Amino acid sequence: MYAQEVKSTGKGLKTLEEMDPEERAFQEKIDANIKIEPKEWMPEGYRKTLIRQISQHAHSEIVGQLPEGNWITRAPTLDRKAILLAKVQDEAGHGLYLYCAAETLGISRDQMTEQLLSGKAKYSSIFNYPTLTWADIGAIGWLVDGAAIMNQVPIQRCSFGPYSRAMIRVCKEESFHQRQGYDIMMVLAKGTPEQKEMAQDALNRWWWPSLMMFGPPDAESVHSVQSMAWKIKMNTNDELRQKFVDQTVPQAEYLGLKVPDDDLKWNEEKDGYDFGEIDWGEFYEILKGNGPCNKERLGARQKAWSDGEWFREGLMAYSKKRKARKVAAE
Amino acid sequence: MTGDPVFEFALRMGDNCLVLGQSNSAWCGHAPILEEDIALANVSLDLIGQAKLWLSLAAELQGEDKSADDIAFLRDVREFRNCLLVEQPNGDYAQTLMRQFLFDAWHLPMLTALVRSTNVRISEVAEKSVKEAAYHLERSTDLVIRLGDGNDESRDRMQSALKALWRFTGELTTPDDVDQALQEDQAAPDLDEIAAHYEQYTQRVLREATLVIPDVSGMQIGGKSGLHTEGLGFLLAEMQSLQRMYPGASW
Amino acid sequence: MSNEWPLWEVFIRGQHGLSHRHVGSLHAPDAEMAVNNARDVYTRRNEGVSIWVVPANEITASAPGEKGPLFEPANSKVYRHPTFFNIPKEVGQM
Repeated sequence: MYAQEVKSTGKGLKTLEEMDPEERAFQEKIDANIKIEPKEWMPEGYRKTLIRQISQHAHSEIVGQLPEGNWITRAPTLDRKAILLAKVQDEAGHGLYLYCAAETLGISRDQMTEQLLSGKAKYSSIFNYPTLTWADIGAIGWLVDGAAIMNQVPIQRCSFGPYSRAMIRVCKEESFHQRQGYDIMMVLAKGTPEQKEMAQDALNRWWWPSLMMFGPPDAESVHSVQSMAWKIKMNTNDELRQKFVDQTVPQAEYLGLKVPDDDLKWNEEKDGYDFGEIDWGEFYEILKGNGPCNKERLGARQKAWSDGEWFREGLMAYSKKRKARKVAAE
Repeated sequence: MTGDPVFEFALRMGDNCLVLGQSNSAWCGHAPILEEDIALANVSLDLIGQAKLWLSLAAELQGEDKSADDIAFLRDVREFRNCLLVEQPNGDYAQTLMRQFLFDAWHLPMLTALVRSTNVRISEVAEKSVKEAAYHLERSTDLVIRLGDGNDESRDRMQSALKALWRFTGELTTPDDVDQALQEDQAAPDLDEIAAHYEQYTQRVLREATLVIPDVSGMQIGGKSGLHTEGLGFLLAEMQSLQRMYPGASW
Repeated sequence: MSNEWPLWEVFIRGQHGLSHRHVGSLHAPDAEMAVNNARDVYTRRNEGVSIWVVPANEITASAPGEKGPLFEPANSKVYRHPTFFNIPKEVGQM
């Protein structure tokens, strides 16, 4: 998802009996759905894993501004322009909430930014694909935000208080994001033949990357078990992916668009769709930095940060000066 | 002057908001810090909303069954009526902020006066926009003072921005026949009064910001009558691309 | 990197008559800018009528370990809660 490859630092699951008293009390709280707050005792692994997960999530929101941001200046009507701008602005806000949640665990936003800009930290693979047409903005809202919401709704119940509260705020604000995307797709699907083609092309390009957003198959995601025991991951990757496919296929049908998967078939027995093989080779290449837009995305963030340094420094200098003047006057 | 002065005036006010909102919105995702990214987007959103109000009024007055979108997306450079100041490029963030300040310092007293316009339609739009403009000016004033009086680099950047942009401020308060016709009907304020207010306000703020107003031998004028600087053509090419490429399509 | 803007905790009064409530945090170089930033970050959807900001490092919190001693005495004063008293239905709303 927005945090696709979080390496958990737990060393395999311990039973309650194997834990020392502090850790046992901690786990029992989690099992009883009592939230963990920043200053309380927590295993080092829990703290580190959470920092990674929340900061990856935050980085994804920030980098996620870029592919859609491309189209703010080209949005085709005044209303579409305002809606898209408001949405991309929300993403900046969500990144901000999440960075703040991570900061309660003893890392600064500057440190996290440094990890992102140096390439050390990860962000969601999905944002390394290009947005080529206006329909991509529809497809991102519909599919990418749809997938994100599916992941974020359960995290509202996660065990760490600040993360859970940030997610509640994010989910409340994001409720319009997926709808605006689907609304764009509806207009295009009902529009001119070129517009319909544009919509189909966008679905073709964004479908598989959206399925990859949920992360590697359960069999390969070795860190899930500990994260689920800690309730910082609430569902497995495959569960959420299946749910997403089942929800989205009928929406594509309503639009009169074809999901680009020849193996897609309703399976009566499991009450869900069977779907084709995901190209995990492509996924891992992107995570390694070899996606179509990795360099551009990181480059844009590096540029914004270094171009903005004088602004941050200048304002800090003013505040210090004014404080000094005040003290001198007293 | 050709045609209805109220129509012309609505285009001028609307195009100012549209062009400035459009330019500012390009910062979204690229601003110096997250808090600022969000704050500037709020200003852009306000301006785009105001553009829609003014251009809807223009469309209605034109009476050709057009929408605000038709007006925004299907006119060429020579038909745009925004002032030269707002179409100046984003430049560095200092230039974007200075442009905003120099505009806001005019925009707020204009809208404040327009609330009392004898033309009900004008006063309605002004009424809806004036609170937003007040916040914009408060914000841009604050940032200009802080960055001007910040450190050496921030002062240098703000000073360069002021130097580049000051020559476009004269147009804001230079009346032409449209302004005069509206003033006679008390539909719009006397621009000389706005000019006095503008001068006093910008001088006070720029002094506090330790910035020096440059000597300008000639103010640049022309946007209000459709004679623009070269940048506007590029801005429109980008903004209008979809509407131009797929004529008649709905979005 | 050392010159990071300090962290502020933001409290917003959502409606007249309600208490300020913690809504989140943000970075700003001083208190005035923290208030401005809070307006832009936390009231994008008309969520507030009044904003407080507090430097995050100036908040004094009760130690988590004291949770028991600090709050349990109040739990014993159950009579502070209206549901403690059984009022017969016939008395009507109270």
